[in-house]
Amino acid sequence: MALLEVKDLDVRFAVRGGDLTALRGISFSLDKGERLGLVGESGAGKSVAAFSILNLIAKPGYIAGGQILFEGRDLAAMSERELRRIRGNRIAMIFQDPMMTLNPVLTIGTQMVEALLAHRKISKKEARAIALDRLQKVQIPSPEKRLDQYPHELSGGMRQRVIIAIALLLDPEIIIADEPTTALDVTIQAEIMDLLLNLCEQENVALMLITHDLGVVSQVTQRMLVMYSGRIIEQGPTREIINDAQHPYTQGLINALPQMGEPGERLFQIPGSMPSLKNVPSGCPFHPRCNFATEQCKQAMPEYVRSGNVNVACYEVANLIEQEKRMQEAES
Amino acid sequence: MTSPLVSISGLEKRFDLSGSLLEQITFEGGRFRRKQEAVHAINGVDLEVQKGEALCVVGESGCGKSTVARTVMGLLSPSAGEIHYDGQRIDNLERKDSLPYRRKMQMIFQNPYASLNPRMTIQQTLEEPIRFHHPDWSPVQVRDKIHEVMHSVGIDQDWGNRFGHEFSGGQRQRIAIARALAVDPEFIVADEPISALDVSIQAQVLNLLMDAQESRGLTYLFITHDLAVVEHFGTRVAVMYLGRVCELADTKTLFSAPRHPYTQALLSAIPKLEDDRPNHIRLKGEVPTPVNLPSGCVFHGRCPYANERCRQEIPQLITTDGGTQVACHAVEEGRL
Repeated sequence: MALLEVKDLDVRFAVRGGDLTALRGISFSLDKGERLGLVGESGAGKSVAAFSILNLIAKPGYIAGGQILFEGRDLAAMSERELRRIRGNRIAMIFQDPMMTLNPVLTIGTQMVEALLAHRKISKKEARAIALDRLQKVQIPSPEKRLDQYPHELSGGMRQRVIIAIALLLDPEIIIADEPTTALDVTIQAEIMDLLLNLCEQENVALMLITHDLGVVSQVTQRMLVMYSGRIIEQGPTREIINDAQHPYTQGLINALPQMGEPGERLFQIPGSMPSLKNVPSGCPFHPRCNFATEQCKQAMPEYVRSGNVNVACYEVANLIEQEKRMQEAES
Repeated sequence: MTSPLVSISGLEKRFDLSGSLLEQITFEGGRFRRKQEAVHAINGVDLEVQKGEALCVVGESGCGKSTVARTVMGLLSPSAGEIHYDGQRIDNLERKDSLPYRRKMQMIFQNPYASLNPRMTIQQTLEEPIRFHHPDWSPVQVRDKIHEVMHSVGIDQDWGNRFGHEFSGGQRQRIAIARALAVDPEFIVADEPISALDVSIQAQVLNLLMDAQESRGLTYLFITHDLAVVEHFGTRVAVMYLGRVCELADTKTLFSAPRHPYTQALLSAIPKLEDDRPNHIRLKGEVPTPVNLPSGCVFHGRCPYANERCRQEIPQLITTDGGTQVACHAVEEGRL
């Protein structure tokens, strides 16, 4: 059984004039120790997906349907009390901006001890020892000193190390990291990503990494999901998708990267931009920007088809697979 | 070589931190002391931008790349050094004399959410610079010009009556580019013009900037932290670290054979699609504060090749056999 299994998740936001559907029919699973990437542009719903796993969607958002099974128990149906035992304890979260996550008026040590005492019956002294151990694990220079420092005394990279140390405090099964390195410089980003990768491997923690950076996903994760306008449009092994993306949107995203183009030549570009939730196009939400769109694409959302180990929601891909099958049959 | 379009020499910029005289004075050990502190944002930068090229300035936050852009544009006045445009010194001009240069030099900012006036329609936003620089133009001329730039950046003419907030980030950045192009500039300073945008939109805006360069013969000073963009867009690259240029080379040369240890680390840190397990060059520690600059080479504290000379003496840019200019004692001595 998978450690985490999301089935047909729908998330909506109740606003004036009706509900906006932020996530539609999201299904994926995460195994123990696995690293999964969630890719998409702003507005695709990747952060909403991450937040909804721990039922952290703030009103007017709500989970409208589907299940989030963690070790077989449905997080979507749990009471706030039960959820609190899982949040930060079994499933930890790392957010984009470390300054927003840390309390500016408490020392690092106080915040770490507080998190430990909320979940475990141990003394303050023991808690402090665990906190120190985690700070050592994230390779922060002079960790004893950091315990008594305030967040503003640390640099951005160091703050993000503290956040990772806090995520590791209670030996979680899953870490959900929402754009953990976006606010950091490239060299610091590389260090933090290395660290996160190594720690997850050592401690056998599953990682769900949300990012818009295909380079990071390709280096860190084993499987990836590509999201567009609240739907998963492609999912499968990271290497397979990066090397041979099936969905026209994924292909476009990869080909639009400056590193894929010839220097000095025009880059591949996807026309237009992601639709707002207020007017999601009918059928496949990508069809107005897609070069392969046909009448069929405007009618209904395509079902998932399997190509290799990858699941894709696209009529064009489905047709190609169908054609190939027929050709093979004709040959034999 | 022809004379450069823009040349920056010995540029320095300090931002005073110490405040007023009273705030500077402290009472220590029985006597008054005056303490002055400053952020040394740029510490002696020499750059030449050739006509028609795209010179990229890269570096991490706090290296002074945006300060260089702002100083060149005259938004900040340099603490020392000179800026020349087409042979004419422009950093000490009177306001009236600087006007023609303000038309020739335009800037595109990072955040299109902040750079457009929320209370102006797109029409007004585009009209303002034209009316300012060409007060003698007739309304028809102004309108034609606006239509021309709107068309060239691919924005709909119906947008004229709408406001900035009605548009997405990519669309706003197009409007900001249209505003810069409206006065037919020769030289454009772009400060992280695509960092705030999504991947698919980044490609659209980069293509637009390249098209404009080709059709209008523009020269760019392009500030960015994204090395993949530099490799694609730049003719030459200057790598900055703590207010100094540590390496300057043709884009191709820099990416195939980086010489400065900092450039090498920076390049190795780019997440690439190909490799599964990246081999980053790890740097010790973090960027020191620009308030108390390290002695000697500003990079010595994090450099694996640093020796006594690096701690004492500031390295100057030297030209290597490959044509790369690099400020590093180790390269000069052949240790690297």
